[in-house]
Amino acid sequence: MENNNVAVSLRGITKDFGKVSANKDVNLDINKGEILALLGENGSGKTTLMNMLAGIYYPDAGKIMINGREVVIRSPRDAFDQGIGMVHQHFKLIDVFDATENIVLGLEGKLNFKEAEEKIRSICDKYGFKIDTGKKIYDMSVSEKQTVEIVKVLYRGADILILDEPTAVLTPQETENLFKVMRNMKKDGKSIVIITHKLNEVSSISDRVVVLRHGEYVGEMKTVETNARKMTDMMVGRSLTLNIDRPEPVDPQSRISIDNLTVVDEEGLKKLDNVSFTANTGEILGIAGISGSGQKELLRAIAGLENIQSGSITYVHADGRKEELVGKSPREISELGVKLSFVPEDRLGMGLVGNMNLADNMMLRSYRLGKSRFFTDKKTPRDLAQKVVDKLAVATPSVDIPVRRLSGGNVQKILVGREIASKPKVLLTAYAVRGLDINSSYQIYDLINQQKKRGAAVIFVGEDLDVLLELCDRILVLCDGKVSGIVDGRAADKYTLGTLMTQKREAC
Amino acid sequence: MTDSKVKEPLYHIVKRDDISAKKAWRIRITAILAALVVCAVVTMVCTGDNPISIFATIFKGAFGTQRKTWITLQYASILLIISLALTPAFKMQFWNIGGEGQVLMGGLASAACMITLDGKLPGAVVIILMIITSVLAGAIWGVIPALFKAKWNTNETLSTLMMNYIATQLVAYFTIVWEVPKGSGKIGIINQNSNTGWLPALGNKYLLSIIVAVLITVGMYIYLKYTKHGYEIAVVGESQNTARYVGISVEKVIIRTMLLSGAICGLAGLLLVGGINHTITTTISDGQGFTGVMVSWLAKFNPIGMIFTSLLIVFMDRGASEISTAFELNQSFADILTGIILFFIIGCEFFIRYRIRSAKKSKKGVA
Amino acid sequence: MFSLVAFIPRAVQQGVPLLLGSTGETITEKSGNLNLGIPGVMYVGAISGVIGSFFYEQSAGAAGLNGFLAVFIPLLCSLVGSLLMGLLYCFLTVTLRSNQNVTGLAMTTFGIGFGNFFGGSLIKLAGADVPSISLSATSAYFSKTLPFASSTGWVGKLLFSYGFLAYVSIIIALVAAYVLKKTRVGLQLRAVGEDPATADAAGINVTRYKYVSTCLGCMIAGLGGLYYVMDYACGVWSNDAFGDRGWLAIALVIFTIWRPDIGILSSILFGGLYILYLYLPSGTHTEYKELYKMIPYVVTLVVLVITSMRSKRENQPPKSLGTNYFREER
Repeated sequence: MENNNVAVSLRGITKDFGKVSANKDVNLDINKGEILALLGENGSGKTTLMNMLAGIYYPDAGKIMINGREVVIRSPRDAFDQGIGMVHQHFKLIDVFDATENIVLGLEGKLNFKEAEEKIRSICDKYGFKIDTGKKIYDMSVSEKQTVEIVKVLYRGADILILDEPTAVLTPQETENLFKVMRNMKKDGKSIVIITHKLNEVSSISDRVVVLRHGEYVGEMKTVETNARKMTDMMVGRSLTLNIDRPEPVDPQSRISIDNLTVVDEEGLKKLDNVSFTANTGEILGIAGISGSGQKELLRAIAGLENIQSGSITYVHADGRKEELVGKSPREISELGVKLSFVPEDRLGMGLVGNMNLADNMMLRSYRLGKSRFFTDKKTPRDLAQKVVDKLAVATPSVDIPVRRLSGGNVQKILVGREIASKPKVLLTAYAVRGLDINSSYQIYDLINQQKKRGAAVIFVGEDLDVLLELCDRILVLCDGKVSGIVDGRAADKYTLGTLMTQKREAC
Repeated sequence: MTDSKVKEPLYHIVKRDDISAKKAWRIRITAILAALVVCAVVTMVCTGDNPISIFATIFKGAFGTQRKTWITLQYASILLIISLALTPAFKMQFWNIGGEGQVLMGGLASAACMITLDGKLPGAVVIILMIITSVLAGAIWGVIPALFKAKWNTNETLSTLMMNYIATQLVAYFTIVWEVPKGSGKIGIINQNSNTGWLPALGNKYLLSIIVAVLITVGMYIYLKYTKHGYEIAVVGESQNTARYVGISVEKVIIRTMLLSGAICGLAGLLLVGGINHTITTTISDGQGFTGVMVSWLAKFNPIGMIFTSLLIVFMDRGASEISTAFELNQSFADILTGIILFFIIGCEFFIRYRIRSAKKSKKGVA
Repeated sequence: MFSLVAFIPRAVQQGVPLLLGSTGETITEKSGNLNLGIPGVMYVGAISGVIGSFFYEQSAGAAGLNGFLAVFIPLLCSLVGSLLMGLLYCFLTVTLRSNQNVTGLAMTTFGIGFGNFFGGSLIKLAGADVPSISLSATSAYFSKTLPFASSTGWVGKLLFSYGFLAYVSIIIALVAAYVLKKTRVGLQLRAVGEDPATADAAGINVTRYKYVSTCLGCMIAGLGGLYYVMDYACGVWSNDAFGDRGWLAIALVIFTIWRPDIGILSSILFGGLYILYLYLPSGTHTEYKELYKMIPYVVTLVVLVITSMRSKRENQPPKSLGTNYFREER
């Protein structure tokens, strides 16, 4: 029964957070010298499961065996002792420390930076990393930080590496480099778990794939013996028609026109560089780009949340009057009668207040109307909350519970529901379906299409190119804060977008 | 030697999602009772008295005579006002521990009016000026750290703390400027004969503070719960990002709220100087700016709850003073007992927010 | 006449309690714990030492004191007293995750009350037959200067004329600075204070670091109280005499941008500022002295504001300062 080739076995792992079950009775083996893809939609419990292996969480039930022996992993240190290292999606690095300090953090023995740096260099040479040991983390790019994380794990001599969605923040080139390094590590006999929901990555890098759904193990297969269809079916539980509705724009008129917009962040880096485009009524304008290319800043700039260095953002009223939005606060913008709604990426940290109940969250947009100059009106937002809950089928016991207790999809429904309740003329959405299950995603696409049909100008920042290509009328591609192209959503293909997304980077 | 060491954590801690208000109060009351038992033991060790008579003495100290009851209520009112003043700032996650300084500045402004305007203006005008200047002085003292915070994100816990001592020294300076008689180092009762600037006694001399406290309690409750300002404070406190996203100017809210917070502290200073003591010293607020932090926090920033927490603290304080007097012990005995009670209440919040699960229990499920 | 040779030793004597308090608080804050209970802890450290030595003097008689025990007993009592306060703070904030500001303030209330209560009632409680607490015999051991202090003129007066705790305070500050900057323990402690989740993920026992650094910090700060009463105040306890030096120590932490080595000179500077009013000419206007006493606080406030304006990453307070850590928070 015991297989010598198995590095880690999980048996009957169960973990609850309050009333939410994150993992239920999961059994899973990780073999030596293989790359295992852990596949599942967001919220399927992949990260929680691996966190228990890494000592971040402690399972409520079940056991973990390393090389056939049962172990208890209570803390990350226990995990290191068992040769397990995890690179988290949110990097666990100390900002004010440099690379070396971060890498040796948590180890024992006398501190010797010289020795440490030599060892880091030898690891880098062995697997093909590049690292600047004396650079402070706050000066590093995302990919550099990730490298520090991986070297940190290897420095500790980990044999089992867990990478949590490592490619989400990388350019295609950086991803290719990462995969090269992973293959080198595999050759060296290490076991690697890559958590992902991108099927193409599964097929290009992994040997075996395990699928989780709703916190439960659904099945596993050899990568060579499977295909995207099969994996999707396992992931979502039933086969899907991937068609997203795309009505023809009716009488598009210019609604927002942006000219030579430049945004510089606090550290003086150009986040948007001479961006110009127009968003039309009755049309969905998609924004594509590698994460961090300026998408966030673009939406924030339109919403009045960025310091704009130069350029203009002009809003065109239905009667042709024009308003300049640059230099105005969100409040001033709304007082001009510019009906702008914004579904930000960070739902609980920005769009909503996690600890407030649904009704009070509805009030965020409307509290200024109020009962009188001084007092708030509690009834209208409450009715709106109830309406959103009913209309969008939000799963919640009542409108009185804190919004943080809802699941991701329901949180997003509340947010989108509130933003479209004001019948916006412009709807800005950032990663509107990130982390949502397929059903909720389609519901969100429907809601966005409804706004389009109503005549709103929709700006849709997305990450999944397939979705962008099926939903959007036009797609603007950002690369390093510059517009590298605007293409017709009906005519373009993934290859074109991919090239536009990366061309400038290659040029530099 | 290859035997793996299977270490089980003895217990682990789980965050509670929700707990009924009833259960939460049961935990709090248990903690207070436990604290009282410990207090009794400590007092027994120090005095050799039996616990029942200790509690009788404490009660007598706080509510033994009509006059004592009034004084207890008056003290509680002042503490309550200061706690209420700090509350909007705390709700905004602005740790204003500068109540002490803001109260002092309010008191200083009142004293300044009383001393410099005596005989020059009619009494009523002096009182109106006292109200205006004390509220203004407290507000200015509160808004300075707020400006630093809004502009440069300066740590407010530390800046408000420094402002306390700057205020203390200002009061010390003016104490000597105005000292009576020269060289005594204190001001003594101001306008003892003319009574200029003495706040009018309503019914009896204790009632004014109590009425003001009741009004501010109700006002603050409404302000936080039903007004746009209150809503903005809650949003800023929960998430500054969200506040900016909906167009709330976080800086403006911080400044406005600290103006209010400081102004009410200033008012407490006015009551202390103009209504109660009729003099000013550097210790006139007697650490209540700090105690108020605890009162407000213990009540979970709920103005109604603060009525009880401030009463509890003043009750213990006055009771313990009685014990020290009765047994010829140092008055600081009260601080020790108050400290013990605070530790218990602070600690018990943990059992309201978290649940401890023993490993055995969760293990059973696997078997 | 203002004499620098007379002024500096007095500034140093004022500075020593501040240095010990701020070194202790710096170590504590580096773990992310903002311990506002330090003023209370310093009172407890002082009175615990007083209690220890009081009973020893009572039992041995002022003449029969053994030099080693006369120093050792108060020292041990002081350390134990402060340690208990540290444990209390840690138990409440680390184990029970209570609000740090509230816990700290409660500890200050308790600690100052504890100090004044025993200071005021010790004689009665112990049933001793003395008019006031005056431990001059013990104090003599604490304030014993180096042997060549008097023989080396002004050099000796400036450098050697202090009791042993003054030198200990400087050594502690230097060691603390070295440990924080150069050793693994220091690196890990700083990591805990910056970002406990990251430190935890790196396998650092966050709870242990917070406990150890906070307790150690309290013990060091408590020594500041002990120095004050045994050396500076010549063994005479009077209630509230220690004053607000505990808060000044917290101010000093900010002033030194969380570096104990800078604290050595800064504490002397603060000590000097604290007594500067005695030397500044104020003529008949004694009230100006009160304004001079304001200087340390104003200076600290200015430093605090300037460092936040310049927002240099390395000079900021530890990022997690004032917040508690719970691994499974979500």
